[in-house]
Amino acid sequence: MPYIPHTAQDVRKMLDVIGIKEESNLFDAIPNELRAKSFDLPEGLSEFEVFDNFAALANQNDTSKISFLGGGYYDHIIPTAVDSLSTRSEFYTAYTPYQAEASQGTLQALYEFQSMICELTGMEATNASMYDGGTAMAEAALMAVRVGRSKKKKILVDSGVNPIYIKIVKTYLAYHDLEVIVLDVKNDGCDKERLLSLIDKDVAGYIFQNPNFFGSVEDYSEIITALHDVKALAIMSSYPIALGILQSAKDVDADIFCGDGQSLGNYLGFGGPSFGILACKEKYIRNLPGRIVGITDDAEGRRSYVLTLQAREQHIRRDKATSNICSNQNLMALRATIFMALIGKEGFVKLSNQNFNNASYLKDELSKVEGISIYNQNPTFNEFVIELPMSSSEFINKMESKNFFAGLKLDALYENFENKVLVSATEKRTKAQMDEFVKSVKEIV
Amino acid sequence: MSSTLFEKSHVGRKGINIPKQSVNDAPKLDASLLRDTKANLPEVSEFDVVRHFTRLSNKNFSIDANFYPLGSCTMKYNPKVQERVGGLAGLANLHPHHITNNQTHLVQGALSSLKTLENNLCEITGMEAFTLTPQAGAHGEMLGVMMIGAYHKKKGNNKRYVIVPDSSHGTNPATAAMVDYDVITVKSNKDGSMDFEAFKEVMSDEVAAVMMTAPNTLGLFNPAVKKICDLAHSYDALMYYDGANMNAIMGVVRPGDIGFDVIHLNLHKTFATPHGGGGPGAGPVGVGNKLKEFLPDLQVGFSEEKGYFFDTPHQNCIGKISPFFGNYLVLVRALVYMQTLGKEGMINTSKKAVLNANYILAKLKPHLKAAYPNQLCMHECVFSAEDLTKEYGIKAMDIAKYLLDFGLHAPTVYFPLIVKESIMIEPTETENIDTIDYFCQKMIDAVELAKSNPEAFKEFPKTLPISRPDETKAARSLNIRWQ
Repeated sequence: MPYIPHTAQDVRKMLDVIGIKEESNLFDAIPNELRAKSFDLPEGLSEFEVFDNFAALANQNDTSKISFLGGGYYDHIIPTAVDSLSTRSEFYTAYTPYQAEASQGTLQALYEFQSMICELTGMEATNASMYDGGTAMAEAALMAVRVGRSKKKKILVDSGVNPIYIKIVKTYLAYHDLEVIVLDVKNDGCDKERLLSLIDKDVAGYIFQNPNFFGSVEDYSEIITALHDVKALAIMSSYPIALGILQSAKDVDADIFCGDGQSLGNYLGFGGPSFGILACKEKYIRNLPGRIVGITDDAEGRRSYVLTLQAREQHIRRDKATSNICSNQNLMALRATIFMALIGKEGFVKLSNQNFNNASYLKDELSKVEGISIYNQNPTFNEFVIELPMSSSEFINKMESKNFFAGLKLDALYENFENKVLVSATEKRTKAQMDEFVKSVKEIV
Repeated sequence: MSSTLFEKSHVGRKGINIPKQSVNDAPKLDASLLRDTKANLPEVSEFDVVRHFTRLSNKNFSIDANFYPLGSCTMKYNPKVQERVGGLAGLANLHPHHITNNQTHLVQGALSSLKTLENNLCEITGMEAFTLTPQAGAHGEMLGVMMIGAYHKKKGNNKRYVIVPDSSHGTNPATAAMVDYDVITVKSNKDGSMDFEAFKEVMSDEVAAVMMTAPNTLGLFNPAVKKICDLAHSYDALMYYDGANMNAIMGVVRPGDIGFDVIHLNLHKTFATPHGGGGPGAGPVGVGNKLKEFLPDLQVGFSEEKGYFFDTPHQNCIGKISPFFGNYLVLVRALVYMQTLGKEGMINTSKKAVLNANYILAKLKPHLKAAYPNQLCMHECVFSAEDLTKEYGIKAMDIAKYLLDFGLHAPTVYFPLIVKESIMIEPTETENIDTIDYFCQKMIDAVELAKSNPEAFKEFPKTLPISRPDETKAARSLNIRWQ
């Protein structure tokens, strides 16, 4: 039997020590009427057969085409060392680092993770990661409500926030006496006039995304000043690679930062596992959910890493905790830490710029194609929206036959977006690939 | 030395090369949109990074190197083949927005794996349907309680409370609070189970749900569970099953057969996906007929003509709780495990998990006070160091720290909360008798040492990278990032 080391002699010896006759006696406490009515599962297979089955199954997925598909999840480089280090079983088969003496490796890595995330976002405090960008955003909204002592009942959400994340925020907040107001999409940017008219003393927080879901980049400083005037929090969501060159949360004076960490050395993996970033100004740290690692000393005065401020968490505070979250996406946060270290201070700026430059080139070239126009009126970073003389489905399908994943169909997420597609280009795309892409677009429109 | 990468950084030192940019630079964005200063990431070489993290890894205990007798955590061996499958390019590089684009033809393999996993989970638990979207056990719990909330809302039920036993995991009451329910805690009886009479007393029309773990965190199976289900249902309260301890009862009991309405499983426990040092987990949720219509957005459908497709959510669907199919690559690993085990393997897994726990209980109870000495346990057993604390000043934590010096991870201590100085031990089925005998001997040695030389405990652990850290200082002079 796989993974079970017991010999018949072992079992006999153990049953004798326990003082029962047969293994089945172990379950005598369970009355017959509670026993399983069925347990109809296939026979076990060797690992070789299982692997072959999955290899065949993986072949039924298509990951072969040149991808311009983004929308928050990108085809970025993953340095080999990220894989080699994160697949060390000392990391991936370890338990949660509650026993600090036996977990200094994980704890120090998380401390470095927190340090790097604070550097990237400009925030003063962060935790050891959340599940993903969407749930991090929902927790950020709940944080803003707690900071407002639950007296402020409104969460404003900008029209440019990832619409899938908005759905998650709405689900999380639906069970509380709160109002989630999502601004209507007017164009590719923030409807500042409408927004300013909605900001009042009942607003706990305003969530915005920069670059937004359409790829547009804006300066939110003025709005944030208006929010702070009524003691509302500004919650900024962003995509980590953009923070190499774009304004950080600190630069715009945002109070909470949230985002998804897939782009920092994690595989697309059909959506997971990735990890969520949640960071904030230091004064809000006691409202921050999740694990936090801090530095202290041991009895000999040696630097030691420990989980700290645990009195916020469910295993201590139960129903008074800041959240029910128990795990972090530890291994993904570790991968991100290794990724950021390998790319480094100067490399990160370069990487960020290269995404901007590639996408800008592609946008420029596509804008010259007859029949195609660029939807964005604002500047863009790594992606942008094209308007087509055909339906987005037709376009995506035709481009697929030319060996491209051409982008994201926005009509799947927005009304009246039938002919709009979100296109991105990462550092992995070459000029030759982009030229070929543009050539194919010309052929089909 | 525990220096951070920031201390090892040197201005101008480079890590890896990124691909060469093949287009000209675009005109710069307006300065008002750009950040003022560069993020101060470390400047280190690739080799610096490799050596740093390799050395860090050496400061960890891990299941590959150490026995973790951690109650309620199910630290079993994680088969290596899982990692090989999880790394298949056709899975690892698959873009989730093919879901948004509804390009089902690109993802048939992934959808078939999800459907197979769903079907397996239904059969293992006796539930009607599963969602694979929750990203962890606690996330699944929250979804479960949200669906319970949606059920009552639809029926116009006025419900305020969620009942939990005092032995419950902290996530249970924390979850109830996240969905805005007040928590009623019911005491356990002398046998360690939720007391039926006490339960009856607090049961009312205002109770939305009862959350139970079976076997519970004391390693005991509550024989009154069916009675509890029936009484709850008579008030239209729903029964929530916390599947954290499913490893004890595969093939023996199915929560769905007993009458539970909703259940979450921790795939990183029962189904052997790696703990990753604290995550990623996966917490699929199963439901009975009452809650099917509330399942979250994103379910896989199948028909002969269309193959696998994305089901249109029911109009009463509670919405989205994660962007796509949760931690997909974790789900895949769990399916790999199920397929290698098969039916007999799963049944045998639970048998051996329970056998190992009872063996420990039998061996240790002459030496250390067992919380429930007169009954067999399920997959875990609980002891109390209370007597040692009273007589010699040695606490459960002291014993935990002693074990670390022998390469044994600490058991779960101070949980469940209802046993004073509790030491909770779950060996799992994958440990052999030699390891368990060694562990038991070290536990007995610890008890003897407590009696003969309690002073000695102050210095444990003494062979690890650090001795006991000053946690008060960590919280008081907070240092959570390098500056």
